[in-house]
Amino acid sequence: MCFGGIMRDRLIQWGDWLVRQLARLGKSALFFLEAAVCCLTPPLKGDRILKQIWFIGWKSMPVICLTAAFTGMVLALQGHPTLRRVGSEAFLGPLVALSLIRELGPVLAALMVTGRAGSSITAQIGIMRINDQIDAIELMGLNPMRYLVAPNLIALVVAMPLLSAVFDVIAIFGGYLLGVRVLGLNAGAYFGEMNNYVVLHDILNGFYKSMCFGALIGGVCCYKGFNSKFGAEGVSAATTQAVVDASVLILVSDYLLTALVN
Amino acid sequence: MIVIENLCKAFGGQEVLRGVSLEVKAGEFVALVGMSGSGKSLLLRNVVRLIRPDSGRVLVDGRDVARMPRAELEALRSRIGYVFQSGALFDSLTVFDNVAFPLREKTRLGTSAIRRKVMEELDQVGLADAVGKYPAQLSGGMLKRVALARTLVRDPEIILFDEPTTGLDPIVVNSILQLFDSVHKRLNLTGILVSHEIPEIFGIVQKIAMLHEGVIAAVETPESILCSQNPVIDQFVHGKAEGPIAT
Repeated sequence: MCFGGIMRDRLIQWGDWLVRQLARLGKSALFFLEAAVCCLTPPLKGDRILKQIWFIGWKSMPVICLTAAFTGMVLALQGHPTLRRVGSEAFLGPLVALSLIRELGPVLAALMVTGRAGSSITAQIGIMRINDQIDAIELMGLNPMRYLVAPNLIALVVAMPLLSAVFDVIAIFGGYLLGVRVLGLNAGAYFGEMNNYVVLHDILNGFYKSMCFGALIGGVCCYKGFNSKFGAEGVSAATTQAVVDASVLILVSDYLLTALVN
Repeated sequence: MIVIENLCKAFGGQEVLRGVSLEVKAGEFVALVGMSGSGKSLLLRNVVRLIRPDSGRVLVDGRDVARMPRAELEALRSRIGYVFQSGALFDSLTVFDNVAFPLREKTRLGTSAIRRKVMEELDQVGLADAVGKYPAQLSGGMLKRVALARTLVRDPEIILFDEPTTGLDPIVVNSILQLFDSVHKRLNLTGILVSHEIPEIFGIVQKIAMLHEGVIAAVETPESILCSQNPVIDQFVHGKAEGPIAT
């Protein structure tokens, strides 16, 4: 085959790939749009929303508390020697608090929730898809988006800021335990300086980020479950993709949101 | 009531339905038979727009299903009952909650009225004592009965059965087919039954349509199909290994 022919075939392949990617993007955008409409218009399924808040929020508490405590302790452990070198140990409190409230709290809580609840949501919806249960809902004249996607999305948007706040509090307490109880820092300095440096803007920043991450986890995990391929392998692949995609998107959107706010 | 006109559907270049035409009149119960993979379930899915055809159309009461706006489609689906091959029961709900689900979501009935209606339907299918069980605790035959109860509880006008007896033993197959027959006669439903149970289905349907190579090869009464001269039908109905159908 001549060079022109090879180039033509390559161009066709690339064009085909591009069209498929654009079609996927369009499909996911339509999914998000319909999900958003279902979240914002009645009837909302109150019982399912509460059930999902309990499942996503309350049942994630142990893992959130555990990771938060150790994150706070690590921050104190890493920050203390550096601050001591410049004679600023008193700023350990603000260092731990600002790192957590602005960035680490929302991001790490979101990653934990993705692993624990997001994967479960994808697997559940995926199994419902391959067992015709979603088709059965549709054939009852009901909209499965309203039953399966909207409650998860709303629950995640509600639960994520709360989990993030719990993460911040426990992590700050973890930092206190290590900084004050182990490394001998003054407790008044730890909390007093925190009070001077942390402002409402920082807290709101973390709050909005958590809500965005909640919507993102819900959207990605529900979408992957909804479009799960057949068989156990299909559900397994969808779950893995959902966790990976949501985690990557959380980190990318964290940068974008930070750049936007600051 | 249901008119399928020249319906075509292909997947990845492979044509599964190549111009299917079939008419099911109101109150008629039609069996759709054919080889595995011939597109019977696919045809049924087109009737309720779980899949859209590439060309051709499905008319229900004169309205094109593929072109219906969403609200009209939801209203149509509320009139159609669909029994899946797998049953498609919600595995996290009990038998009672599965059957009650459409009533809770689509009607304004109170708790006691829902309980009464659900128990009536479960009683009809002989499963009134299984209300607290989960789908995973049921046998194959019981799953199909619960699926039928969940379908009937909505009082559908049209009912579509997608291989509801596959994988069951002959006694359970016969009892379920008798149940379909009694339901059809009692409620005068319009129905399409996709099945491989030949000759068991002959006693409960008015017509048999055979789908072969993407088209309806024949639509005949159960009596006439048994003595059909068409070699394809003859081979399929009598289960012959030799004949025009490649096995």
